[in-house]
Amino acid sequence: MLELKNICYEVKGGSRAKILDHISLRIKPGSFTVITGPNGSGKSTLADIIMGIKTPTTGKILLEDKDITNQNITKRAKDIAYSFQQPVKFKGITVYDLLNIASGELIAPEEAGEHLKNVGLNPDDYLAREINDKLSGGELKRIEIASVLARPAKLFVFDEPEAGIDLWSFDNLIKVFKKLKKEKKTIIIISHQEKILKLADEIIILEKGKIKSKGTPNTLLKTITGENHGA
Amino acid sequence: MELNDYEKEIFCTVAGTTNGDDFEVPAGAYNFRVNGKSVGRNSTKNIDVKPKTDKSGLDITIKPGTKNEQVHIPVAISATGIKEAVYNDFHIGDNSEVTIIAGCGIYNCGPTDSVHDGIHRFYIGKNAKIKYIEKHYGFGPGRGGKILNPITEVHLKENSEAILELEQIKGVDSTIRKTTADLDKNTKLIVKERLFTHGRQTAESVYEVVLNGKNSTTDIASRSIAQDLSKQTFKATIIGNNKCRGHSECDAILMDEAEVHAIPALDAKTKDAELIHEAAIGKIASDQIKKLMTLGLTKKQAESKIINGFLR
Ligand SMILES: Nc1ncnc2c1ncn2[C@@H]1O[C@H](COP(=O)(O)OP(=O)(O)OP(=O)(O)O)[C@@H](O)[C@H]1O
Ligand SMILES: [Mg+2]
Repeated sequence: MLELKNICYEVKGGSRAKILDHISLRIKPGSFTVITGPNGSGKSTLADIIMGIKTPTTGKILLEDKDITNQNITKRAKDIAYSFQQPVKFKGITVYDLLNIASGELIAPEEAGEHLKNVGLNPDDYLAREINDKLSGGELKRIEIASVLARPAKLFVFDEPEAGIDLWSFDNLIKVFKKLKKEKKTIIIISHQEKILKLADEIIILEKGKIKSKGTPNTLLKTITGENHGA
Repeated sequence: MELNDYEKEIFCTVAGTTNGDDFEVPAGAYNFRVNGKSVGRNSTKNIDVKPKTDKSGLDITIKPGTKNEQVHIPVAISATGIKEAVYNDFHIGDNSEVTIIAGCGIYNCGPTDSVHDGIHRFYIGKNAKIKYIEKHYGFGPGRGGKILNPITEVHLKENSEAILELEQIKGVDSTIRKTTADLDKNTKLIVKERLFTHGRQTAESVYEVVLNGKNSTTDIASRSIAQDLSKQTFKATIIGNNKCRGHSECDAILMDEAEVHAIPALDAKTKDAELIHEAAIGKIASDQIKKLMTLGLTKKQAESKIINGFLR
């Protein structure tokens, strides 16, 4: 499905010479991958590179064997959907507007409402709300996730979807991911949450821009939960 | 009403007098002005629309206690080289609640400037509430400028409230907008301004709001987009003479080579005056563009969504 070949990402004045240091990955179609690792290890940068928001300094990205390294965000959006770690705020754009844009066509309020219910928001309360700083952090995050679930994509990337989501809704979110998995979507989630790590076919641990280890939840979970307490 | 297509387009755009497909005469009181003349006028039981005798303009009198009624007084200029100053006075009776829809559009197909100066004075009675909607719009292939200079003067008596929605849609080459207000006790003035300039247009928007009465409040929110080589100036002065609250906000998006100048002024004459000004000028936030691109829009489409939302 997705292949990263020797991805390096460098910026002037970055915290280290290479924010990402020779990352190579193969993501199988229909697989569920969880990327984890300490703050600043390069997880969001990697997600940005997959979506085309950042361009790697060197290396290649292949999507279904096609080189998309130089493809812009809009083109990639046909196949890839991406939920930002930091939801973006707007002025004058409502939740319904955003869901319409995400769907790629005008959809009925009922259909838009379904996407909101998936993230535990009542459509009557939220569809007409503007996506601005009057919404709470958790509300913004859920709307961000809903906008991604509305995408007709094959590969879904979620950057810390659990952040700011209360425990009650968190279980709901897990159900959403399980459903995506059932629908044979390819899923990459950046997360520190044990419940999400457990869903993974493969867990990838990043550290200082490098892949530190890879494996199944069974083999990796113990080391991670041990480490994360310190992180 | 005899109107040509340009005039119809103007009225539908600035005053919403449309059934969706075509121009429609609105219910209630109205005066439609085309190229300096009234082409249709109607008064109702509660709202009297009378032409002034000493100069161009109207006296609009709203009976005390009038509720849920509307007045439409839009202006169209469809000939080149028209220059007019129009004086409209609104006498709003106590305890009334009305919506006033003004607005002006200029179609200019010739070489000479067309200018409309609209001077609107509002005398708002006790406990009355008004909503005033004014949209400006210009179009046409002529070299002649489309120039609109509105002056709005609002006098609020005890416990009254005014909401002003002032919008420059597009196509206005030059505008100087002056809005002044004085507020008695327990009154409220809310201004929502939307300005869009492009090409080599210039726009200047000046507010002076005097909070005289105890517990008077005002909120002036201006959002604007400046494209191409256009230039905008926003000047807002709030004067607090009593225990009061005032807030003004200028939020501008700059594109291309445009310029925006924001000049806030707060003048608190007592420690009980709480006055705030916020101004933010900058280009379209790149994270907004990126987010919409990840939802499948091109950069251009994303920008236009952001702009349309911003000017809502
Ligand atoms: N433009 C930049 N300039 C300087 N440093 C940068 C830039 N972009 C990213 N970095 C640095 O790259 C590192 C990786 O950032 P990234 O956001 O990918 O981390 P992360 O693993 O997602 O962290 P977190 O768990 O906190 O979300 C950080 O140390 C960050 O400061
Ligand atoms: Mg991150």
